[in-house]
Amino acid sequence: MDVLTDNFSLYAEGFFGTVELTVYSSALALVLGFVMASFRVAPVGSFRVFGAVWVAVLRNTPLTLLFFAVMLGLPRFGLVLPFEVFAVLALGCYTSAFICEVLRSGINTVPRGQGEAARSLGMSFSQTLGAVVLPQAFRTVIPPIGSTLIALAKNSAIAGAFSVTELLGTYKTLSELGYNIVWTFVWIAVGYLIITLTISAIFHFLEKRWGVAR
Amino acid sequence: MTESTALYDIPGPHARRRHLLYGIASTVVILALAGWFLYLLFDTEQFTSTKWSPFLYEGIQELLLKGLGNTLKAFAYASVLSLALGAVLAAGRLSEHRVLRWTSTLFVEFFRAMPVLVMIFFIFVALKVQPLPALVAGLTLYNGSVLAEVFRTGVHAVARGQGEAAYALGMRKTQVMTYVLVPQAVRAMLPAIISQLVVALKDTSLGFLITYEEFLHAGKLIASNLDYDLPFIPVVLVIAPIYIGMCMLLSWFATWVARRERRSPKTKAVDVAPADPGTLLPGAQ
Repeated sequence: MDVLTDNFSLYAEGFFGTVELTVYSSALALVLGFVMASFRVAPVGSFRVFGAVWVAVLRNTPLTLLFFAVMLGLPRFGLVLPFEVFAVLALGCYTSAFICEVLRSGINTVPRGQGEAARSLGMSFSQTLGAVVLPQAFRTVIPPIGSTLIALAKNSAIAGAFSVTELLGTYKTLSELGYNIVWTFVWIAVGYLIITLTISAIFHFLEKRWGVAR
Repeated sequence: MTESTALYDIPGPHARRRHLLYGIASTVVILALAGWFLYLLFDTEQFTSTKWSPFLYEGIQELLLKGLGNTLKAFAYASVLSLALGAVLAAGRLSEHRVLRWTSTLFVEFFRAMPVLVMIFFIFVALKVQPLPALVAGLTLYNGSVLAEVFRTGVHAVARGQGEAAYALGMRKTQVMTYVLVPQAVRAMLPAIISQLVVALKDTSLGFLITYEEFLHAGKLIASNLDYDLPFIPVVLVIAPIYIGMCMLLSWFATWVARRERRSPKTKAVDVAPADPGTLLPGAQ
């Protein structure tokens, strides 16, 4: 217990580091994933190809390799940014591929008649997508987006190994200070449980509020 | 393509010309970006012969191959063990004994909510285990828990009449499971199971962070060699395609299996899962 009380500020710093990383990368992933999903259903061939390549490559890249390449590779091109920004970039791009697939399969669950009806009313592609299909798709994709974002929160632990302040990284300082290593990890685990269960609770709430099973 | 055509009209000659224009414009932009990236590579002298010369040496090729072998070894252990653990946990979750069911539910939910890396570090640092067993144990606990959920979903996905018919024939629960439900569930879930193994393969790279001598570790060794002018980018350019290629092959295999199983007459009584790794909110039924 005294591991937590003695080092509360250290734990809090790590905890909020993870939260911050999760929030920023989620925002990036949702935006990028949305853009890629609309690319993947677009009428223009090259957009579709670009979206498909983006998803196929990023979904099959080990996140550690991506972190390795982004954190240590981009500075070689003279692009020097804080490690946090690199971490958000890597996590956000990686997760965007999963979000894109979730959104696309959500779009596919909307009955075809909906799109056809919108079209026959004379709506354009963006109107059909924005006003008719996506609002309905949104209702079915709430649970899978939730679990993707939980995976994102868990993946943010990798950033700690690349010298970004986050929850898992606190163990190093604490073990150097000579605290009981098992209890250190117990509190880290509690921190992660709080984060993942909070996201899960938020998405259960959203699902109850708006969700429709198809 | 067939599903998304409802989103827009079949283009006429005018729209087709416009789409072609968009297509050409976006292709030019993408090519320009790729060209700029290539220019950056040349500009920062990533293609000098000193930076690429290490790959000519047999010792370094062996180092890379050994790293790749270690990656595959960890993957093999982790996948076999997590399949076994998943089977055990799924059996526990489907058990009629309350204590068994609750313990396995708790186990599965806990390890699904925990980052794999935290488990790996815990086993490596706190329990002072060697890197390979630590990596394999961490991956097994996580992927085993996820696979347990996949198996359970599969058993529940089999049409109710199948189990009821088996019970009506006088089979015991074990017989119903082993002869009727599980074979159909495994068929239906095979794509999801293989996709979960892709996740395990990708996560073997976490071994890099606990100094397990896997593929990325070998790359890092070469990349930090001053004799070859720190060939970091060349190493990434060699390693990334191999890693991504392996995962892609396995992913394509999952998609192929999904298509094949969907056509198979043996999956009539069950919906075949898409080739995506398990995505289920914690606590969802």
